[in-house]
Amino acid sequence: MTHQGQTTGQVRAVSSENASYPARAEVPVGKLCARFFHRDIRLAIRSTGQWLNPLLFFVIVVSLFPLGIGPGPNMLATIAPGVLWVSALLAMMLSLDTMFAHDYRDGTLEQMVVSGYPLSVIVIGKVLAHWVTSGLPLVLLSPLLGLMMQLPTDAYGVLILSLLLGTLSLSFIGAIGAALTVSISQSGVLLSLLVLPLTVPVLIFGSGAVSAVATGLEASAHVSLLAAIMALSVSLAPVAIAGAIRIGVAASR
Amino acid sequence: MSELMDFLSMGGYAFYVWTSYALTTIILLGIVIWSSRQLKQSRTQAIRRAQQHRKR
Amino acid sequence: MYRFADRLAPWLAGLCVLCLVAGLYLGLVVAPADYEQGDSYRIIYIHVPAAWMSMFVYVVMATSSAVFLIWRLKIADMVALASAPIGAAFTAVALLTGSFWGKPMWGTWWIWDARLTSELLLLFLYLGYLALRGALETPQSASKAAAILAIVGVVNIPIIHFSVEWWNTLHQPATITKFDKPSMHISMLRPLLLMVLAFQLLYFHNLMVRVRALILQRENRASWVAELAEKNHV
Repeated sequence: MTHQGQTTGQVRAVSSENASYPARAEVPVGKLCARFFHRDIRLAIRSTGQWLNPLLFFVIVVSLFPLGIGPGPNMLATIAPGVLWVSALLAMMLSLDTMFAHDYRDGTLEQMVVSGYPLSVIVIGKVLAHWVTSGLPLVLLSPLLGLMMQLPTDAYGVLILSLLLGTLSLSFIGAIGAALTVSISQSGVLLSLLVLPLTVPVLIFGSGAVSAVATGLEASAHVSLLAAIMALSVSLAPVAIAGAIRIGVAASR
Repeated sequence: MSELMDFLSMGGYAFYVWTSYALTTIILLGIVIWSSRQLKQSRTQAIRRAQQHRKR
Repeated sequence: MYRFADRLAPWLAGLCVLCLVAGLYLGLVVAPADYEQGDSYRIIYIHVPAAWMSMFVYVVMATSSAVFLIWRLKIADMVALASAPIGAAFTAVALLTGSFWGKPMWGTWWIWDARLTSELLLLFLYLGYLALRGALETPQSASKAAAILAIVGVVNIPIIHFSVEWWNTLHQPATITKFDKPSMHISMLRPLLLMVLAFQLLYFHNLMVRVRALILQRENRASWVAELAEKNHV
């Protein structure tokens, strides 16, 4: 984009003063990505809410379903894949708006844009960190909740695998929405409206995989389609995210 | 007359057929009216601006 | 561009009305009743064109968004912005008429049919686009952000459609396929094509009107706008 080139000169002085930032030398792409990954992980560990909130939300929503529908084990077992997946999806949505909001508010995001490093690489690091702090805990906790939902024992492996692939795609797809709404202060509902239609395929194949196994069918078709979606979103979304962040940052100037 | 009644009754499906046609008309007409109203509004604004400009 | 749109509009409107009248006459009066569905199938003459337009408009929106992002053509952004409400209206029409068709045929107002479901998701995409436009304050960033969203959406539409179809066949054995009409009699097909054309023209006419309004709003400082306003329409 054009404005990046125009402003690099003025702001570079500022960014090299900022100690938490890599000095502007030749940094390999992988290393750059890793740096932002580590930075965001450290920040997330420091603020407990960021990784704990989606997790709590997940647990609460899943445990509300038996209360609303009734504790019959057969009923629970049939709806378990859908309930687990929808709750995981909503928990991921809940954690989205913090993804870029902090860095936007304190100006760090602007520094990233003008730093001259490839923004889409930085973004990959950030989104991966977001996934590790919000998606991965959900995946790890899901067997426990599956137990509470009377999920058949054969289905646990696929549950974990599908959530692993699915939440990663959700992080990347959701990051597009988070980046588009970064300059809007009350963005919660808008963000869900933008992102939810895009996440439908992930939900369909994810819960489909789990219920296929739970009813004794093969899940490999679902899982490979999930993997395809993940590959697609990981490779294409960073470009859109980076573009959206540039626009958001330019809007605030 | 009975032909007209036959036509209007739509072989017993009158309610469904005519309601959906009516709803379609309302929605599409609504958006047409909305658009032309917007055009009229921005036209009068442009004219007003042009007149102010000339006064100065 | 403005003048072009101005001249074209009455022609489009005339043609559109012509097609509408002819299509409605042929569809509602001349075409015979379907032997399976009786007269209720006549909803097809608004349902199918509306569903077709809902997707066509989205593709137009995404294409002009891409043109706007790549070449910075302001008019492309206006086309995208002007298209969104029209597309949403077509989508709403397709959903409503689908439901009114479904009630006598399937016995329920709503079923999670693959096409109805993807149409519903398409409506959400339109609404999201319009909401994002409304929420961003500076016009430039609203245009660009919405353009990115439209492009992301158009990449997703085939995936969404495919997944919904797949999901649907898994959950319900194909009971609905009798609505796929591989061979339609020419007396039924002709009005359908006319109605599609009419809806298409309706869209283009409406687009012209909205784009002209947007040009007048956005370029109101340009001297030619003032000139034109005085000369033509005082």
